[in-house]
Amino acid sequence: MESCPSIKNILLLDSEGNRVAVKYYSDEWPNNSAKEAFEKSLFTKTQKTNARTEAEIAMFESHIIVYKFVQDLHFSVTGAENENELILVTVLQGFFDAVGLLLRGTVDKKEALENLDLILLCLDEIVDGGIILETDANVIAGKVASHNIDAAAPLSEQTISQALATAREHLARSLLK
Amino acid sequence: MAQPLVKKDDDRDDEADYSPFLGIEKGAVLQEARVFNDPQLDPRRCSQVITKLLYLLNQGETFTKVEATEVFFAVTKLFQSKDIGLRRMVYVMIKELSPSADEVIIVTSSLMKDMTSKTDMYRANAIRVLCRITDGTLLTQIERYLKQAIVDKNPVVASAALVSGIHLLQTNPEIVKRWSNEVQEAVQSRAALVQFHALALLHQIRQNDRLAVNKLVSSLTKGSVRSPLAQCLLIRYTSQVIRESANNNQAGDRPFYDFLEGCLRHKAEMVIFEAARAITELNGVTSRELTPAITVLQLFLSSSKPVLRFAAVRTLNKVAMTHPMAVTNCNIDMESLISDQNRSIATLAITTLLKTGNESSVDRLMKQITNFMSDIADEFKIVVVEAIRSLCLKFPLKHRSLMNFLSNILREEGGFEYKKAIVDSIVILIRDIPEAKESGLLHLCEFIEDCEFTYLSTQILHFLGIEGPKTSDPSKYIRYIYNRVHLENATVRAGAVSTLAKFGAMVDTLKPRVFVLLRRCLFDNDDEVRDRATLYLNTLGGDGAVVETGEDVKEFLFGSLDIPLVNLENSLKNYEPSEEAFDINSVPKEVKTQPLAEKKAPGKKPTGLGAPPAGPPSTVDAYEKLLLSIPEFANFGKLFKSSAPVELTEAETEYAVNVVKHIFDGHVVFQYNCTNTIPEQLLENVTVIVDASEAEEFAEVASKPLRSLPYDSPGQTFVAFEKPEGVPAIGKFSNMLRFIVKEVDPSTGEAEDDGVEDEYQLEELEVVAADYMLKVGVSNFRNAWETMDADCERVDEYGLGPRESLAEAVNAVINLLGMQPCEGTEVVPNNSRSHTCLLSGVYIGNVKVLVRLQFGLDGPKDVAMKLAVRSEDEAVSDAIHEIVASG
Repeated sequence: MESCPSIKNILLLDSEGNRVAVKYYSDEWPNNSAKEAFEKSLFTKTQKTNARTEAEIAMFESHIIVYKFVQDLHFSVTGAENENELILVTVLQGFFDAVGLLLRGTVDKKEALENLDLILLCLDEIVDGGIILETDANVIAGKVASHNIDAAAPLSEQTISQALATAREHLARSLLK
Repeated sequence: MAQPLVKKDDDRDDEADYSPFLGIEKGAVLQEARVFNDPQLDPRRCSQVITKLLYLLNQGETFTKVEATEVFFAVTKLFQSKDIGLRRMVYVMIKELSPSADEVIIVTSSLMKDMTSKTDMYRANAIRVLCRITDGTLLTQIERYLKQAIVDKNPVVASAALVSGIHLLQTNPEIVKRWSNEVQEAVQSRAALVQFHALALLHQIRQNDRLAVNKLVSSLTKGSVRSPLAQCLLIRYTSQVIRESANNNQAGDRPFYDFLEGCLRHKAEMVIFEAARAITELNGVTSRELTPAITVLQLFLSSSKPVLRFAAVRTLNKVAMTHPMAVTNCNIDMESLISDQNRSIATLAITTLLKTGNESSVDRLMKQITNFMSDIADEFKIVVVEAIRSLCLKFPLKHRSLMNFLSNILREEGGFEYKKAIVDSIVILIRDIPEAKESGLLHLCEFIEDCEFTYLSTQILHFLGIEGPKTSDPSKYIRYIYNRVHLENATVRAGAVSTLAKFGAMVDTLKPRVFVLLRRCLFDNDDEVRDRATLYLNTLGGDGAVVETGEDVKEFLFGSLDIPLVNLENSLKNYEPSEEAFDINSVPKEVKTQPLAEKKAPGKKPTGLGAPPAGPPSTVDAYEKLLLSIPEFANFGKLFKSSAPVELTEAETEYAVNVVKHIFDGHVVFQYNCTNTIPEQLLENVTVIVDASEAEEFAEVASKPLRSLPYDSPGQTFVAFEKPEGVPAIGKFSNMLRFIVKEVDPSTGEAEDDGVEDEYQLEELEVVAADYMLKVGVSNFRNAWETMDADCERVDEYGLGPRESLAEAVNAVINLLGMQPCEGTEVVPNNSRSHTCLLSGVYIGNVKVLVRLQFGLDGPKDVAMKLAVRSEDEAVSDAIHEIVASG
């Protein structure tokens, strides 16, 4: 236990267990079929649980997995059996909240796939080769979004739903203040 | 018909399955990647194509070498664009492609330019990419920049350099170690995560320098570490220092304990938990030290967050194994967790309660568990069953309610592993708690009335055959057993026939009825069932007369097959049908030591109905054939045992010699395996001169020299000794290799005609008591032990003095006796203060020997041992004690 806390993988699956975006940092899963098998067993073990308000936790195949669902998306972070569960859940929460910020509140599979570049950059900013880079959702989202300032579409090009989401978010922010 | 189908498809495309990547295809995307080569780059479009490529890789698609190279070169073109978002995607793409060394050169200059850029984001990412794909030579070029980056005032850049350092330390430690001054400075950074990364790297650089780690810990525990993650690291390093210093000073307060306790009041939960866990894992933690940690964990138990509850209950569960009393305060909180939504938490809570519960709470607990069992998965149920088993062994008076619980869950739905766990538990309880026997056997009988698993049915029938006849009313089991003959498949029917025969053999009053039943089995449509019925009718004297069952018959029915099945199988395969009947005594009994791979397997004890260990094929056959082919040794009789080779020379000497000791009843043959490692020499007439002056009971009778020993082709020479028949004589032998050496011309390979006589001193060789012991396992130690005459038991106690550990002491005794450990008892659980080890073997003269060893720690390191030996001959029992006493 002298070692640095390490993350084995971060997964974003849909409500049928298919991949949206995944990132593996451990060579325990040598090939794609091993990874898919892991995702499948994780999905079947967790799908019936209610992980919508609070992150849930499971232990199998000598991994600790923390996970959280929203809409049709399943977020999960895997660590070693003896890892501090609360560190894993901090990473999960950072990922979860950063995606929420980047997708401006509309977190579902459709939106995630449409902004897959943001999700991938987000994963890249959270963990580097298994070592935790950053866990603060605001910082993560800030780092990802700052690169896209000039790429951000003007308001006229946004879909109605996006515009509504933005408006909702602004409203929520102002209410919170 | 076709119309609605098509329509349905359309609907689905429109709604549920919409995806921007629908119908994406690798070939098309690779075509699209050509836009990277456009003179006028469209950053937006390029980003989209990269996202598509990344999507494909993410979905498990692979690029061929050519495709990857092509994409890589195209992507490098994108460094021309000044678009920040696109550059960011380029970095990710390069990392995903992990280019080969010759490709890396293409991007090196671009990345080095970015590394020195004014934009923080470029610097940070360029460092991460470059360090990921670089090799050692390039690293020395960029080392200067990396050192600067570590102390960069932008935390993102510093973290990028530090994390890259942690990765590079695995491949290029000597370079990264030169950065320790900068890393040291970064540890003092005000940025939380920089501190965390710097601390991790600094510790890894210095991890082999105990003093430096100690210094690092003492200075940081005094100061303030800002980031919770860094604080967690510091806690881990602190426990490491505590662990290592504990070996040196036993007395006084534990250093740094105050720091750990202070962390229990930290504001971040992850730090509180890390500290609490570290305290519970301290070596030899006292209950005073434990209390504050248990208190915070108890608070976590009632948290609204499942992860927090899980972490706490998992840690408390571990504590309960070693300090059950310390956890009892949490019992009320634990009980409320039995109904937790998260089944992992509920299971951990139950098993913890089962460990800490006292006798009076058992009944209440069982009631709660019964409700809970129906809605958890089999894997959790098995954990609960195992916990209940150990609880029952702890409180034997409660066997009634616990046995009832087991029989209830046995009736419910469940998979094979789960059912096996329950049956195993019942069997163990029957064996260990005499009062539970009758009810347990009846539960098993009811279970086989409706059991879908052939394996479990046959195992239970076998067990019934052994235990059933010894009960007060054996006749009540007959119905259950005979029902199997009517209702089950052939394997179970055959098992039932054997069990019936055992009842017939043991209970004289039942014999006539058993005969009637067995005769009915003669008309079974399966060969095996009919054969068994015929066999048992004949051995038990089924001609109507009720006779006393003979000893041979009992031995045949109840004695364990003391031959490893693999050996029997080999011998049967080698047997050629002839006039001569197959002789079971010709099957070697030696269990070969298990291969390493098997030993590494987790030390799971084969409990309950566990089968005897099956040894891999032995080489005894080969040795026996070799020895029989030498006329001098042909009349020595049957080979009793061959030892493993013992080296008589150091590694890498001129001549390599090892010896195998072959033990016969009245003789010992040493087989010297010699190898000549000098290409310029040919050895002839090689013999070993053995001086047996320290082995009084041995007399040399024959020696078989080796005619010629060319370079690098091993040969054997033998020396035979006579010794008193059947006596385990021991002694020491000194050996001298004598030979005629001839020079060889390496170019032609021809040896000179004239040779010189020479000698070469070998190490001494000993014949020890263990050489007279065959490793022969028994399938059921307890049974075998009880059937052995108690008059031949010899018990004595020994002090083994200070030993490294209990496990080391157990191993030493097993090796000294050279016997086969039974039922996995050679494995000593961690931290245990006492251990019982069961050994079995066959001593020279074919005397079965069973040994029960009880070890206990007496004081910190002293090991005491109680040795109980049973054998067929009391002289042998005494001999075993002599071996231990003199060993």
